[in-house]
Amino acid sequence: MSNDILKVGTYEFKSRLIVGSGKYKDFETTKLATEAADAEMITVAVRRVNITEADKENLLDYIDPKKYTILPNTAGCFNAEDAIRTLRLAREAGGWDLVKLEVLGDTQTLYPNVVETIKAAEVLVKEGFQVMVYTNDDPIVATRLEEIGCVAVMPLGNPIGSGRGLANPFNIRVIKERANVPIVVDAGIGTASDAAKSLELGADAVLINTAIAEAKDECLMAEAMRDAVHAGRKAYLAGRMPKRAFASASSPTEGYIWD
Amino acid sequence: MIIQLNGEKKGVSATTIAELVTELKLESRMLAVECNLEVVAKSAYETTFLKEDDRIEIVHMIGGG
Repeated sequence: MSNDILKVGTYEFKSRLIVGSGKYKDFETTKLATEAADAEMITVAVRRVNITEADKENLLDYIDPKKYTILPNTAGCFNAEDAIRTLRLAREAGGWDLVKLEVLGDTQTLYPNVVETIKAAEVLVKEGFQVMVYTNDDPIVATRLEEIGCVAVMPLGNPIGSGRGLANPFNIRVIKERANVPIVVDAGIGTASDAAKSLELGADAVLINTAIAEAKDECLMAEAMRDAVHAGRKAYLAGRMPKRAFASASSPTEGYIWD
Repeated sequence: MIIQLNGEKKGVSATTIAELVTELKLESRMLAVECNLEVVAKSAYETTFLKEDDRIEIVHMIGGG
């Protein structure tokens, strides 16, 4: 397991748990939970600086870009143009080329707008970005995004922030079986078993934010997710037993004392 | 002069992006600047001059998922 490396584009990670940095009650908790998760990659949003509060503390005062791979995202973008602008700015801010593209369809479902996502991915890949792309759990779209040149495809488990687990585990499996780039389950994970299940199905990693940030004990949940990801990955690599319709005795069926 | 800074009209005395960043006390921050929809490279802050009504966006990283 020590040489079980996750390769995303030109980057390599030991951790298969990518975390978000939103919804935390404060920056200190963000830092502690990220450490507890053993995460190496953390996604961040890009927003206007509040000009009147220029001296206020900043997320990156707590999350050291030298220690973590910062994954700028396009959360809140509803069209390709805004997503492209956002990531061009992020690349200038920190020199980051590994990015999370997400273009949303509407505010109620936060489902991806696949048409705009594909448009943005085509431009960003041409501009040299290494694009990890949030999408729905459609295997055809996943393949298309891989063909465009995205370095990871990130199907949703369920809507962002819903905590409902994997709506369509079979599709996650199908997407993985067809993919030549890492598959990351992004969105929908509610608790540790959802994370374990994702890895068991073959997902190469999970991206979790709300399930950790909204837990009563954020750091304990971060540890639970870390352990679940390890367990799920090991189970996947180990190869699970087949499911059977009927029982199969675990003890020998000979040598009984009454024979 | 008056510019459009992060969506609002603002009077500034800066004449370049570099001076604007200093005027706003943002020199030490990890941020990026866009001028009229074009990203301004850090190496070009001193040579990018502001004009009346320029649309300037200054962004940074915040918590998000």
